[in-house]
Amino acid sequence: MNRQSWEIVVVGGGPAGIAAAVSAAECGASVLLVDDNPALGGQIWRGEEANPSVREARRWSKRLKNSSLELLRGFRIFDQLRQGVLLAESADGMREVNYSRLILCTGARERFLPFPGWTLPNVMGAGGLQALAKAGMPIRKKRVIVAGTGPLLLPVAAYLKRHGAKVQLIAEQASRKSVVAFGSALWRHPGKLGQALGIFGSLAGIPFRFGCWPVEAKGDDHLCSVVLQQGTRAFEIECDYLACGFHLVPNLELASLLGCQIKDGTVSVNELQQSSIPNVYCAGEPIGIGGVDLAIVEGQIAGFAAAGQQHKARRIFPELARHRDFANALEKTFALRPELKKLARKETFICRCEDVPFERLAQCRSWREAKLYTRCGMGPCQGRICGAATKVLFDWSAESVRPPVFEARVESLMTTEVSAPEVRV
Amino acid sequence: MSQNFDVVIVGAGIIGAACALECVQAGLKTAIIEEGIVGGGATAAGMGHIVAMDDSDAQFALTRYSQQLWLRLKDGLPKDVEFETTGTIWVAADEEEMIEVRRKHAYYSARRVPCEILDARALAEAEPNLRKGLAGGLLVPEDGVLYPPTAARWLWTQAQSCGATVIQGRVSAVSEVGFSLRDGSSFNPGITVVATGAWAPELDASLEIKKRKGHLAITDRYPGYVRHQLVELGYLKSAHSVSSDSVAFNVQPRATGQILIGSSRQYGAEDSAIDHQMICAMLARACEYMPDLVQKAVVRCWTGFRAATPDKLPLIGPSVKKPNVWFATGHEGLGITTSLGTAKLLVDQILGRAPAIPFEPYLPSRHSREHAYA
Amino acid sequence: MPEVLAISLNGKSLTVPAGTTVAAAVSIAGQSSFRRSVSGEPRGPLCGMGVCFECRVTVDGVRHVKSCQMLCRHGMQINTDE
Repeated sequence: MNRQSWEIVVVGGGPAGIAAAVSAAECGASVLLVDDNPALGGQIWRGEEANPSVREARRWSKRLKNSSLELLRGFRIFDQLRQGVLLAESADGMREVNYSRLILCTGARERFLPFPGWTLPNVMGAGGLQALAKAGMPIRKKRVIVAGTGPLLLPVAAYLKRHGAKVQLIAEQASRKSVVAFGSALWRHPGKLGQALGIFGSLAGIPFRFGCWPVEAKGDDHLCSVVLQQGTRAFEIECDYLACGFHLVPNLELASLLGCQIKDGTVSVNELQQSSIPNVYCAGEPIGIGGVDLAIVEGQIAGFAAAGQQHKARRIFPELARHRDFANALEKTFALRPELKKLARKETFICRCEDVPFERLAQCRSWREAKLYTRCGMGPCQGRICGAATKVLFDWSAESVRPPVFEARVESLMTTEVSAPEVRV
Repeated sequence: MSQNFDVVIVGAGIIGAACALECVQAGLKTAIIEEGIVGGGATAAGMGHIVAMDDSDAQFALTRYSQQLWLRLKDGLPKDVEFETTGTIWVAADEEEMIEVRRKHAYYSARRVPCEILDARALAEAEPNLRKGLAGGLLVPEDGVLYPPTAARWLWTQAQSCGATVIQGRVSAVSEVGFSLRDGSSFNPGITVVATGAWAPELDASLEIKKRKGHLAITDRYPGYVRHQLVELGYLKSAHSVSSDSVAFNVQPRATGQILIGSSRQYGAEDSAIDHQMICAMLARACEYMPDLVQKAVVRCWTGFRAATPDKLPLIGPSVKKPNVWFATGHEGLGITTSLGTAKLLVDQILGRAPAIPFEPYLPSRHSREHAYA
Repeated sequence: MPEVLAISLNGKSLTVPAGTTVAAAVSIAGQSSFRRSVSGEPRGPLCGMGVCFECRVTVDGVRHVKSCQMLCRHGMQINTDE
């Protein structure tokens, strides 16, 4: 087992984490960036390391390569041994990671809402399908429906189309009015407007419906068709894949484990991105879903602040305001319509790890009760998927997190300090 | 709402729920009070092992009696209680422990508990994933496992459908005349039964019950990896230990195919947070018996507080100082097993019924002299 | 590093480009079902990022490996539906 110390450890190699780690390293601090994927980029810059295409990602990648920061790839933080010591596991190893200051950039995951047939193979998240396609899953000539809600849908559809998929429909549950208002506000964000126009251009020819959402995925052992609803009309489209996600929820588990204050579903931070624990900083989606540009600014602030360069952090505060507008608009525009809470039938599984159907959960009065009696949330995902769904369906809140934050091997949990006294029968 | 209850049970863990059902079935006007989730306390944290234990004659009598009650109930239990007679194998690491196996075999056999001595080869056949070189073991086929939260809820629901009144609330004080809830309401039942486990001393400071913290870990699904509840014979040394933290090899197959790994005991730990040293030691001990556990994925870890008495026997019966205040608590690691027997003995005493086993060893009055935690 | 990797999926040989994840390899082989749920339903990847656990397969004898976060290696043996 290897053990080493760094002044600053950054968890998560997406845009926020890269910006934080590079900024801190350029200030002269010793920095380790830990990420659980084989390649950096998190979700939104996935694949950029191997095939750079986004200018911003390329710039940061260059700065990263020229900096002194160290990388720990393919390692997932699963526990904190004690203040200042994290435990990380990979497919075949385990490391103790010692830090003086910690920056959490754990990003977000897609929110999935249950509907009949959502567990069929080839029903995936929108970001999920794109991630798998970027990792080599064949999509050329495959018929895909992109559905759900959020700014992810369009870039995903554009990517799929660019790589030869037949995108048959983009179905956004938000109303035309909300989305158009959002779009027209983009003039204040020229970069985003340019992106959006570019994306719209590349989506020419793909049917687009607002106020439209999936109500059933059909097929025997994999997806064959999807039934969607728009207003009072329902219609069915045959397809090979359904790429469906309902915007994003922050990954809060590590922050929660460490004891950072979490309010209204986000990690509370001060203007220097410091959490309620003085040496733990947080940047990006966990402090509020806000998109990549905001995440990069927050990451830089956290990196500078953690490296003791508060003046550098303050210098870029003005950039936050611009991007925060966008973040606030996001939330309003893509709010979930009430019909989405009623899609599940009584036999529809809400918890996929334990196959717990809706009717069993509807009898429970709280997340904890559901966990104890039905085992909802007690499977490997530990409530990451069903927790977000039950929040929408029942307004349940998850409980505090216990280690391991991610499934970890017995051998990884068995490693503690050599100086620990032997505890024996 | 003080409606002249004959009995009010405080606490709807598995003990309280079992007692409520027995009371109402015996014709007593019964209520049961719980502030949280039924079966959500120590009941939810434990292993759900139904086991005949021979640490003392009194312990054996109560566990065996209760186990037989569970076996009688088995076919009527719903699927979500997951009651399976997996059997227990007490594992002997060496010849010295095989002597203990033979003693246990003689003890159980004399009391008509079916059991079978396994030599090294038979042990390996019964549980291929145990390490080589173990001496053998004792198989007790009538032991079983169940899922405690749903078992407690079933008992509680049955009690309710037999006419028991269920009340949501927290009891703040208990006296000879009755008790009051945090919301100010008060009750004057014939008998108040304190079944709040490790929190019983909050209602009666004279109770000699201490919290004994335990850790558990559960893995992802590996169906068929372990078939019986496996316990090392050193388990009893762990259960006995007074002052030091201890661990013992104790693993269980769940109906889900997950492996539940225990066990650990700590005195004086009041905080429910995971203690890494304990988890580490507990897992290390388990891997000494089942080496390829090292590669298995642990989904989560948790803790719970057992209610421990000085002589390792529960308190079932009237308190000494307040005759209308009764106890059904202090079950340490045997609450799930002995819940049904406890309920019977409680009602036997209330109604003056002839008990199936003597209840004297569990009377709270036995502690009227000072006892050290032995 | 070789540009093409030879692996096996459920006993059948398969070649994939270097940099392909195990999840993508299973798809390349034309399979949609990766594992069975606790009640026996066929399941495949959902989130693509390691949080849903639906893409788990057995790799070189080790169960419950998240295929969306594991790169194929030359000679790797993948088994699904276990």
